Amino acid sequence: MTTLIVNGQRHDVDVEPDTPLLWVLRDTLGMTGTKYGCGIAQCGACTVHVNGAATRSCSVELADVAGKEITTIEGLAANGVLHKVQQAWLDHDVPQCGYCQSGMIMAVADLLKNKPKPTDADIDAAITNICRCGTFQQVRAAIHAAANA
Amino acid sequence: MNYAPKLDRRSFVIGAAAAGGGLALGLRLPFGPDIVRAADGSPEVNAWVVIRPDDTVVIRIARSEMGQGSLTGLAQLVAEELECDWSKVTTEYPTPGQSLARKRVYGDMSTGGSRGIRTSQQYVREAGAAARTVLIQAAANEWKVPASECSAANSVITHQPSGRKTTYGKVAEAAARLEAPKNVPLKDPKDWKLVGKGVKRLDTADKLTGKQIYGIDIKMPGMLVATIKDSPVRTGKIKSFDAAKVAGMPGVKKVVQVGDSGVAVIADSYWRAHKAIEALPIVWDPGEAGKVSSASIAEFLKGGLGAEQAFVGNRAGDAKAAIAGAARKIEAVYSYPYQNHATMEPMNMTALYTADRCEVWGPTQNAEAALAAVSEESGLPIGKCDVHKFLCGGGFGRRGRVDYVRQAVAIAKEMPGTPIKLIWSREEDMTHDGYHPVTQAKLTAGIDAAGNVVGFHMRISGQSIAASLAPDRLDPDGRDPIVFQGLTPNSPEGNFGYAFPNLLIDHAMRNTHVLAGFWRGVNVNHNAIYTECFIDEVADALGQDKLAFRLKFLKPKHAAVLKAVAERAGWGTPPPQGVARGLAQYMAHGSYCAACAEVSVSPRGELKMHRIVAAIDPGYAVNPAQIERQVAGSFVFGLSALLYGECTVKDGAIEQTNFDTYNSLRIREMPNVEVIVMPSGGFWGGVGEPTVSVAAPAVLNAIYAATGKRLRSVPLMHEGIRTA
Repeated sequence: MTTLIVNGQRHDVDVEPDTPLLWVLRDTLGMTGTKYGCGIAQCGACTVHVNGAATRSCSVELADVAGKEITTIEGLAANGVLHKVQQAWLDHDVPQCGYCQSGMIMAVADLLKNKPKPTDADIDAAITNICRCGTFQQVRAAIHAAANA
Repeated sequence: MNYAPKLDRRSFVIGAAAAGGGLALGLRLPFGPDIVRAADGSPEVNAWVVIRPDDTVVIRIARSEMGQGSLTGLAQLVAEELECDWSKVTTEYPTPGQSLARKRVYGDMSTGGSRGIRTSQQYVREAGAAARTVLIQAAANEWKVPASECSAANSVITHQPSGRKTTYGKVAEAAARLEAPKNVPLKDPKDWKLVGKGVKRLDTADKLTGKQIYGIDIKMPGMLVATIKDSPVRTGKIKSFDAAKVAGMPGVKKVVQVGDSGVAVIADSYWRAHKAIEALPIVWDPGEAGKVSSASIAEFLKGGLGAEQAFVGNRAGDAKAAIAGAARKIEAVYSYPYQNHATMEPMNMTALYTADRCEVWGPTQNAEAALAAVSEESGLPIGKCDVHKFLCGGGFGRRGRVDYVRQAVAIAKEMPGTPIKLIWSREEDMTHDGYHPVTQAKLTAGIDAAGNVVGFHMRISGQSIAASLAPDRLDPDGRDPIVFQGLTPNSPEGNFGYAFPNLLIDHAMRNTHVLAGFWRGVNVNHNAIYTECFIDEVADALGQDKLAFRLKFLKPKHAAVLKAVAERAGWGTPPPQGVARGLAQYMAHGSYCAACAEVSVSPRGELKMHRIVAAIDPGYAVNPAQIERQVAGSFVFGLSALLYGECTVKDGAIEQTNFDTYNSLRIREMPNVEVIVMPSGGFWGGVGEPTVSVAAPAVLNAIYAATGKRLRSVPLMHEGIRTA
């Protein structure tokens, strides 16, 4: 039995300790907002926050996150109010298929925490998520909008 | 925690009737004469429009949404004629089973070729107009006034002489009982209020919070999860596998052979199924195709460049004779590799099979083909099957195929009564695609003494998608007409823009065992490179301005988009220091496209794409804001392919297994794309794909302008080019 704290809630899970956090979230806890894209930390669709830092959950084992604070896309909005990144995404109509956007939003939320007013170069360095629909132009505009919100 | 997969919201009452087997009889329910009701009891004004008592307008969308935005565009088209309150519009998918039970009332439900809007705009607008007519009539009947004295706007009906008002929600029940009017005139496009407006997408909110359920997210009571390994060589067969080795692993329920080439593990979670299949010893016989490599394919295609036999796509005059007699000959050979669709959501499908019914839930671009596949694979009559579509996490043509649907049904048949969700690993997805076809092209231009182009020959050698996937689309003589996308003399889909007096475009078909598929843009991706880079070469050899040279030959609408990008980009004025420009134009999927790229290349081959100006003339622009997003996104897709995209073959199998070896453009590499949407009216072109065509050639031509080096082979990572 391993204890996880996800979006402020404690969960005791009984799966193999080498199970990636991604699949604990999706299969064990039923929180499917975090997406599977590659399983090798390349695409970023599975990005969550572990102790406040953006982390690719496909490549972190359950045993490594025991007792740590995990925030997923489901927990980003507080008290029913969208996080400023989500709000900027809504205002800029960012998603196309939307599948990569949970991870994209989590990565951007982390960036803005560390760099509240990122430059384009900061964005280029920090955001390495893959989006096959190609929403990058709207993503960039929405990041700047969120930073100035 | 368990998610009932939208059955309540998405199924109509007739769907439930169909589920009970009362298909034909279930169409009309005894709430009143001739009313069909949605699952919540709200009346259908017609098959496309349901109006709830609270004035919510439910617009049925038959095509699949995979990010391209046609769900919103189609709703705009219905709402425009319906005169409803856009803020009260919601959408739902009918199922192909429901459509079939109603004589295919929803028409073609497939979504590909950028056809979603352009081939259904007429009948969905008519449905909106017909619904508006009966709603007004119902109000007029209630007021006992002539319908001609009433008008509708924003879901409110007004009797003009008296000023009386009512809402759609109040009269929908009565309207649903009225006979559908025929031949209701549609609005003149100049009177559109909602169509042509860049309204926001209807499907955004849940994509921001994790609430949006994609097929891969489906949960059902008692559901198990399966994952599969199919033969790495497409035509290979299973020799043996040792199920006993993994039978005792945690969560494993069953190991099953799927067809003659695949093995699946069914477990209680994806990760457990994945671990078990990774541990499962499987031996395949690759067969003859096990000897095939990228080098052998390239050699095979090379043979087609000079072959006698070829299918003709476009012929004017006698190009070969003109070239033979020309004072000067310009020649170049280009190539384009296999590409993977790499949708972000890997293939998946959830299936539930019982002895008398089989249903699937998940992402598909082709609901009716999926339905047929479910029926065939389950062995049940089509009326006992159905397909429940979910928003696709990317499609790009991949989900028009039903291979994964068949597998899901085959697996579910092994455990009747248990819903089983099949999920492909990224590795399975990368190595079992229907790939963008591999081609080479030899281009030859004959130039006379005065510097005129007297003959132009494009010989394409390579794979036919139709031969791979849709032999019924081959001509009787075996020619694949789809090969010539954008190269034909007079096709509304895409005609060749250049009016050369002696022209020959032909195709030496060279098929391999690797499955070719429809990939965002399809054949225009390489056809546009071949055309537009070689035209650039010819202009260059003649010492002519690349814009002026093209405009000498281009037909008017092709010329218009090219002129628009040239003007916006400042063609003819000096670019910023170190920056060079390249042009391309192409007609694809019914729309005219052009791009001007501005790039710089360092002496070490570091490419920076500074700016793209792109233009599209799709005839009518239903939602310009979404068109801009599609065009910008199409450059990410096209430039990913140009820079990185390549699937190579070794021992008959695809070598790239994940995004570490099949890379995709990141935000730091994305050029700023300025989009000019310039609808000229009178025709309906597509949007999602067309501009992919101009992305690569515009950048290639700009790289030439910057470096003086012609790069004729994709991807550029093999040509010493990487992004700065």
